[in-house]
Amino acid sequence: MTTTSPVEKAGGATATYVDQRIGSNKFLSRNLGKVFPDHWSFMLGEIALYSFIVVLLTGVFLTLWFKPSMAEVVYDGSYVPLKGITMSQAYQSTLDISFDVRGGLLLRQMHHWGALIFIAAMAVHMFRVFFTGAFRKPREFNWLIGVVLTTLGLLAGFSGYSLPDDLLSGTGLQIARGIVQAIPVVGTWAAFLLFDGEFPGTEFISRLYGVHILLIPGLILALVTVHLMLVWTQKHTQFPGPGRTNDNVVGYPLLPIYMAKAGGFFFVVFGIIALVGGLVTINPIWIFGPFTPDQVSAGSQPDWYIGFLDGALRIMPNWETVIFGWTISWNIFIPALIMPGVLFTALGLYPFIEAWVTGDKREHNILDRPRNAPVRTGLGMMAISFYVMLWIGGANDIIATAFDLSINSITLFLRAAIFIVPPIVFIVTRRTCLGLQRRDREKLLHGYESGRILRLPHGEFIEVHQPLSQKDLAVITSKVDHEPLPAPDKADADGVRNKKYRSQSLRHKLSVFFYGANVPKPSAAEIEAGQHHAAHSAEIEAPLHDYEDADEFRRAHGGVLHHPGMAETNIEQQAEEHSGH
Amino acid sequence: MTDITPQEGHDQGHGSAPAKLGYSPVADIPHKPRLTDTDPKAARRAERQVATMFLLSMLLIVLFVVAYVTIDPSSTVYIPVFGDVGASNFALGLTMGGAVFLIGAGAIQWAKKLMPDVEVVQQRHDMQSPRRATAEAAANYERGKEESGFARFTLIRRTLIGALVLFPIPLVVVLRDLWTASPAEAGKSPADLLSETLWTKGSRIVSDGTYLPVKPADLPVGGLVSAVPADLQEVEEAEGNLNARTKAAIILVRMDPEEIRSQQGEGWDYQGILAYSKICTHVGCPIALYEQRTHHLLCPCHQSTFDLADSGNVVFGPAARRMPQLQIGVDEEGYLVAMNDFQEPVGPSFWERG
Repeated sequence: MTTTSPVEKAGGATATYVDQRIGSNKFLSRNLGKVFPDHWSFMLGEIALYSFIVVLLTGVFLTLWFKPSMAEVVYDGSYVPLKGITMSQAYQSTLDISFDVRGGLLLRQMHHWGALIFIAAMAVHMFRVFFTGAFRKPREFNWLIGVVLTTLGLLAGFSGYSLPDDLLSGTGLQIARGIVQAIPVVGTWAAFLLFDGEFPGTEFISRLYGVHILLIPGLILALVTVHLMLVWTQKHTQFPGPGRTNDNVVGYPLLPIYMAKAGGFFFVVFGIIALVGGLVTINPIWIFGPFTPDQVSAGSQPDWYIGFLDGALRIMPNWETVIFGWTISWNIFIPALIMPGVLFTALGLYPFIEAWVTGDKREHNILDRPRNAPVRTGLGMMAISFYVMLWIGGANDIIATAFDLSINSITLFLRAAIFIVPPIVFIVTRRTCLGLQRRDREKLLHGYESGRILRLPHGEFIEVHQPLSQKDLAVITSKVDHEPLPAPDKADADGVRNKKYRSQSLRHKLSVFFYGANVPKPSAAEIEAGQHHAAHSAEIEAPLHDYEDADEFRRAHGGVLHHPGMAETNIEQQAEEHSGH
Repeated sequence: MTDITPQEGHDQGHGSAPAKLGYSPVADIPHKPRLTDTDPKAARRAERQVATMFLLSMLLIVLFVVAYVTIDPSSTVYIPVFGDVGASNFALGLTMGGAVFLIGAGAIQWAKKLMPDVEVVQQRHDMQSPRRATAEAAANYERGKEESGFARFTLIRRTLIGALVLFPIPLVVVLRDLWTASPAEAGKSPADLLSETLWTKGSRIVSDGTYLPVKPADLPVGGLVSAVPADLQEVEEAEGNLNARTKAAIILVRMDPEEIRSQQGEGWDYQGILAYSKICTHVGCPIALYEQRTHHLLCPCHQSTFDLADSGNVVFGPAARRMPQLQIGVDEEGYLVAMNDFQEPVGPSFWERG
């Protein structure tokens, strides 16, 4: 029994005091020893969470100095090049934060870098969840919450980016206004209501401010809380490995290991954001100057996460129709509103679509290896390549300048590539996954190729195969062979027409597409035999190196050298030689 | 042992059997002991490393305060690789970032080297509620339905649904005054406002920035000038916003009259000087990237390209509409003036534009 310090005594007394009132020890007893599985990719969501906390913290400090007003003032701060210039109070106070408040620039840059990292971490976290199938039952709600969080992250970023009222962000707002105006029927009125009249007006920054510092972060905070509570109650998924099943969690307990690792990682993320904020300039608004609606600089780029929308706007053909005197701007409406709407809706619905196609109603706590779900992995890569094409579109002027290309050619290329590249990426990814499945099967049947070549006494060269390690074996055999849904009958045995034939038939075909090409896992007996052979093959190596033992080896093995995969030909060869004598 | 002795009567098994931890070691997983598990020297070294990181963190916090107090925020310093940087920001970021990072690094090092690294296993439980709980919930629901009479009182049910549907209406209606028309805007619809600019017959064209009137001779062939109406400054002062500028900004370009292939109206130029809106018809970015040789005007935002020698028509990019042209001439003093307002709305399209 360890000694108890006075601090611990006080802590214990406090715990009892609290427990008598809210029953907290029941919670602690269940959760202090809660086991979390370990994997580097599980830290991606943590990065998102921690950078969000840093952004909240720095944001609170920024509100102390920032003035969300478009009222005009004459600058008289310490940044000499802008002295005497008329500008909005929002821009002036951002300059003050950057030049006259000590540590203000650091907070501003941490806030901006933190936001970029927050959104990037959410995106990569989402990739991890998608490609490992972590969104499957029972975690569909958390996937949906994640999709909403990502959308809110984009809005939070854009609304914050627009607040300083510098030339670059003002141009962003001008574009946003143009997009709102392109909404059929209500667009013009919506734009007038949002901006209190025409662009830019005098109200928009203060309205956006409330959205940026209260509405969006409040929603994000609420959803993040639910997201984490669900992770907590459902317990984290785990990658396959020795001792890991669908019914357990293998990892480290919350206290002390996760407390130290995850808690420590918060400080690491915080520290890195502070270092980057101190060392790397971001959004130097003093260079852009105050906003005026009739000026713009060439090479204007939004923050990275808006790039795909900007790119979609750039590569869209210039379609516009006028019907009965009403104008529909397809050239804006499709890329800026329909495309992201469809993209995020498809993202949100994916778990439900996949579950319908596969008919899979089981709970999944062991993650899929991406190769074992080739169609899902292919679709994910296809979506990413689509996004990347748009992103390239968003930088078409930069690419044209940097590589001395025609901007028109890049745009024309992308108009075609957006439809051609994603399907190619899908096919290549799916094929690659199937190839990796075949390799896994080989490994199970014959062990892994050790890279060591042996020359046998009769002159033949073989490569030594070795049995898989316990971990590899557990990981590779985690693959579950799913059967596609059966083909439906047009009518039942009594000749009654199957009314659901069409939908069932479609589902059957999709399910065959999803699972059909998978390489089946060998049976347990085959795996056992394969690994045994591999072990055998590995054994023969040592004696041959030591030539003196060669005779003994031959005696022990009856002069026959087995090599998995070649074993039969070898034996046949030996048999022929014997018969020849 | 901490003092968490519960109230008397709740004490069950306290002090007899050790409390359950809720997890057990995983059988069957190979575990290689770390150097710190086997070598006490290595363990002590790890302990020192962790403590050193925490110490350094404290030191950096002190340095942060020192840097905050002593460094003038406007001074710059040359740092290799980073170039000339703000001294205060650099020092504050480095000390604060370093200090916070080291707390994290220390904690992780502690966990990795000195805390147990043997994985443990915990059982999962079904997410679905036990059948009994579901049955109880269903029974309670039935009781509630019965007691409230929700199914029986059709009239109450329907009127309640009606009331609940109408209840958000006030929350939407009050949004109407997000836009209150200023005296100048009174009686005009959004579409009206988007369709008119400050330009009228005889408005003098002044160059943007200097606000000096422009004579044809000021503009050489191939030149481009950003311009606004002469009364813009006055209007901006009166209205306190930049709305008028957003619509009235124009560019003047001068080309050899022979090169003008078409215009939006006959003789809308003045001796080869053409006036076009400066606001892109795509989503409203201001445009000023002009290529003299081809007379093409390129929007820097989404690369819509307009041919100013050919009525401002779109030659490339996502814009669907030509650049609106302003008819110009000269007044009796020889200064460039507008002959009319634009004949079509400037800037991005909108539903009522037609």
